[in-house]
Amino acid sequence: MAGLELLSDQGYRVDGRRAGELRKIQARMGVFAQADGSAYIEQGNTKALAVVYGPHEIRGSRSRALPDRALVNCQYSSATFSTGERKRRPHGDRKSCEMGLQLRQTFEAAILTQLHPRSQIDIYVQVLQADGGTYAACVNAATLAVLDAGIPMRDFVCACSAGFVDGTALADLSHVEEAAGGPQLALALLPASGQIALLEMDARLHEDHLEWVLEAAAQAARDVHTLLDRVVRQHVHEASIMLGD
Amino acid sequence: MAMEMRLPVARKPLSEALGRDTKKHLVVPGDTITTDTGFMRGHGTYMGEEKLIASVAGSVERVNKLICVKALKTRYNGEVGDIVVGRITERRRSAEDELAMRGFLQEGDLISAEVQAVFSDGAVSLHTRSLKYGKLGQGVLVQVSPSLVKRQKTHFHDLPCGASVILGNNGFIWIYPTPEHKDEDAGGFVANLEPVSLADREVISRLRNCVVSLVTQRMMLYDTSILYCYEASLPHQIKDILKPEVM
Repeated sequence: MAGLELLSDQGYRVDGRRAGELRKIQARMGVFAQADGSAYIEQGNTKALAVVYGPHEIRGSRSRALPDRALVNCQYSSATFSTGERKRRPHGDRKSCEMGLQLRQTFEAAILTQLHPRSQIDIYVQVLQADGGTYAACVNAATLAVLDAGIPMRDFVCACSAGFVDGTALADLSHVEEAAGGPQLALALLPASGQIALLEMDARLHEDHLEWVLEAAAQAARDVHTLLDRVVRQHVHEASIMLGD
Repeated sequence: MAMEMRLPVARKPLSEALGRDTKKHLVVPGDTITTDTGFMRGHGTYMGEEKLIASVAGSVERVNKLICVKALKTRYNGEVGDIVVGRITERRRSAEDELAMRGFLQEGDLISAEVQAVFSDGAVSLHTRSLKYGKLGQGVLVQVSPSLVKRQKTHFHDLPCGASVILGNNGFIWIYPTPEHKDEDAGGFVANLEPVSLADREVISRLRNCVVSLVTQRMMLYDTSILYCYEASLPHQIKDILKPEVM
């Protein structure tokens, strides 16, 4: 895209944001009554829905049960209407499998699995509209859903993507910025301790720039945490009023 | 055939309408509850670098030196002495078991039982050694979140409206017609298969809808709450109870 500049001279991006600015986030917990936990999140135009079942008995083969901790099973699915061109396979293709594995790694680090031995926790994430930052939206939605289900976690898991253009690190990339081909990084963070649950990048980036991009992603993830924290507190406050006493 | 349509309207949270506020200490995972190491840690907390940190989102409860966080929705944690209602899915296959139990309890039966012991990995062992437990006959089962069932002295209630209810601590609520005479010698293993009258059936369906509406509004379930809800719902038709306007 020749004429599209991702970062103008005044420091504005394509959608008018500043370099470190996040898109508008709206989230809701407890959207599905049938599931143990569910949540819906919108990050700009990226919309993701997460549903959690568990902990429950291991389905299928008993041999997969781990004697000292719970099995975390993640499935990622993106709706056929989620991208610009209609996708033929919503799940089962390589990208979905890889996303599922990454989500699983992320949540195994955060959920206190030792408290539920020999059981299984299922996390299903569905992307309804993909406008960049799908991994981040999935992680954020899944965090809220796991919290809604009452499954004990070490901390929130907040994720954000970041890229690097013209010597500046950009946070929370939209689809246009991702498609432009620059280096991009996805970071999942446990904000209270500052520990990284997952860091993923498959582009070429000079090592001197890595620190800046990482810092931009970490700061964005902490901002996401502030927002999600507010959403959860509001939800808990509402529910505890209804429960009375 | 009459159809009902409803237009979307922004919901106002019920808590505003009630005008109440909570005085509880609410936490989310990652929040430090206290840095005082004198406390014992209960459910919903973990120890991290000298601090007690919450692991679920809920309210902090403190009983003397024990701190725990009660989450809004949890999987059922068995405690000794709890009443549970459940369906038999699988059973041990052994020779004595075959001889003794097959006559009474089959797979797929719904039973009420008491928790006898809890294993370290969370599994519970149940017993039906009292006459009030055993197989459940005709009635309606409602599955709700275990955190909404209030802990009380007894969980078997005979409501004055003509039905009885068993509030299982695991979230399974069983609503059934009150038996006219308590069959002491049969115990709990003979299912009562006599036809239930229409009036009783209506009472039971109304109760079931009341329970479901209490659950959607996230209110605690106990005998008086269900009874008040039942009385408040009498002016409406049974099927109208679940509509948002009526709730």
